[in-house]
Amino acid sequence: MARIDLEHIRHAYGANPKSDADYALKEVHHTFADGGAYALLGPSGCGKTTLLNIISGLLTPSHGRLLFDGEDVTELSTRERNIAQVFQFPVIYDTMTVYDNLAFPLRNRGVPEAEVDRRVRETLVLIDLADWAKRKARGLTADQKQKISLGRGLVRHDVNAILFDEPLTVIDPHMKWVLRSQLKLLHKRFGHTMVYVTHDQTEALTFADTVVVMYEGEIVQIGTPDELFSRPSHTFVGYFIGSPGMNVLPVAVDGASAKLGETTIRLPAAPAASLSGKVELGIRPEFVAVGREGMKASIRKVEDIGRLKIVRATVEGHDVAAIVPEDGEIPADPRLAFRPEGINLYASSRRVAFAGEKGARP
Amino acid sequence: MKTWNNRAWFMVLPVLLLVAFSAIIPLMTVVNYSVQDTFGNNVFFWAGTEWFEDVLTSQRFWDSMFRNLAFSAIILAIEIPLGVFIALNMPRSGWGVPVCLVLMALPLLIPWNVVGTIWQVFGRVDIGLLGYTMRQLGVDYNYVNDPFDAWVTIVVMDVWHWTSLVVLLCYAGLVSIPDAYYQAAKIDGASRWAVFRYIQLPKMNRVLLIAVLLRFMDSFMIYTEPFVVTGGGPGNTTTFLSIDLVKLAIGEFNLGEAAAMSLVYFLIILLLSWVFYTVMTNVGAEKER
Repeated sequence: MARIDLEHIRHAYGANPKSDADYALKEVHHTFADGGAYALLGPSGCGKTTLLNIISGLLTPSHGRLLFDGEDVTELSTRERNIAQVFQFPVIYDTMTVYDNLAFPLRNRGVPEAEVDRRVRETLVLIDLADWAKRKARGLTADQKQKISLGRGLVRHDVNAILFDEPLTVIDPHMKWVLRSQLKLLHKRFGHTMVYVTHDQTEALTFADTVVVMYEGEIVQIGTPDELFSRPSHTFVGYFIGSPGMNVLPVAVDGASAKLGETTIRLPAAPAASLSGKVELGIRPEFVAVGREGMKASIRKVEDIGRLKIVRATVEGHDVAAIVPEDGEIPADPRLAFRPEGINLYASSRRVAFAGEKGARP
Repeated sequence: MKTWNNRAWFMVLPVLLLVAFSAIIPLMTVVNYSVQDTFGNNVFFWAGTEWFEDVLTSQRFWDSMFRNLAFSAIILAIEIPLGVFIALNMPRSGWGVPVCLVLMALPLLIPWNVVGTIWQVFGRVDIGLLGYTMRQLGVDYNYVNDPFDAWVTIVVMDVWHWTSLVVLLCYAGLVSIPDAYYQAAKIDGASRWAVFRYIQLPKMNRVLLIAVLLRFMDSFMIYTEPFVVTGGGPGNTTTFLSIDLVKLAIGEFNLGEAAAMSLVYFLIILLLSWVFYTVMTNVGAEKER
């Protein structure tokens, strides 16, 4: 187990990167604390897997350094880094038994056979495959195979970190929940540093203590699931997390009020810094109230998704989504109100804090 | 309710006719010759199993058979490991891939008698590059006189001609292995040998079966190349079953014995192929359990 420091990591797949656009990873400078459970969340092609492969040593970054517990491992091979990685598609050694699959990484490292046996038996119990030990690995189901992939990491007690690259993609939905909760249990029990790559927000939010959101080769926000929800620091995080995503509306700000077209919206406070670039107001559908007060709106459609209804409305020519309870009444002449605690302000897509807010810079 | 329309059987009629004219009728002609004694003017006498007894008791037949089996064993023992080795070392990406593939495909595209002619000339001690050079280097090489040299020549020729087939098949098996397998093996600290033994070999299992079967059957019915290079000589030392068969049928015009021999030859190939296939699929099936 180790703390992982990423120091100004940049990576380009081409030989001679010229502009920022040539970089799959623009610049990542971040620390994964020892024993933390992290999720790397972002859309396909945002650089998550690149970052993961740099940590595991399958890729060497074009620039920057990688440290495990303060020791530079940038040039070390995957084997020397002592990392476990679980891939999107289960990798198993077909011709071996389940037992031999788990013993493989230990035997490769010359661990004495008695020790191998003890650890493999322990791990078989952990991943719930003790009854399958003598079976050939080839006939197993996808989730059992994925457990073997995981087991091959767990069997080495001293791994510095366990990395997951969208490990549940090929698993049936009902098994996803089971495997995810088993992972959480394992994390609690052994305290491995775990980094989990996914493009599924539910997976990220339920697995991790800290979610790292990536977008176009950069980290745009690092935070707890709650912070990502209530204070998205980039409009992308607002769109990407939540269903439906955050409403982002172009506004003109004057002190503690914002103007959306002809309509004035009251802000919780004036922004703490001066605004430059495109100024937008972000509000999640959960904080938009539909009733008889507020801005005039026309409703385009109402989607019933079970316990909730999503109202798709238009305000001043902009689309706004709102979430109302299933039995919530929608008046004939509806108006929308933004609850102040849900309002965020963005300048050039980055969040600007309000005056008096915790952590706001003047 | 399913309706059964037996008139649909007429649909397979063209295929049946085609197979009848291309395979069944010629085969039955051979069967016909094998049980009769043939004279001019289409005079036939019933001979029963006499020809078969003649073939199976003749020393000549068994000598040819032994040479065939030895030849197949030697070229399989060389071509399969060599083919796997080359396939493992071929590039996976970049400009080297098309270059290697074209180079590998070249020998396969050359007509068989041309391959024979190439090697026949190549090995000649008076004008051939190989034969002449060997002579000048002081090696006593002459495939026309020396049975051992004749064997070396046709074995090397076959290896030159057909190893690429094994290479191409294995290469196809290898490139179908996802990168994640190699990455996982790195993470598990697997050695080069372990990667081969537990990842590459199992994935090549199927194509290797096809390669072994194809090479065995092709080498067991080899005719053109040794016929062009050595003509079966010196003496009878490179006379394989097929060459022997042609000598018997066309050289000596011994139709009855030749027909019986070709049927025995056919049954042997059928039997050996079946044995190979059963053994290899059982090896695969056992792993499932």
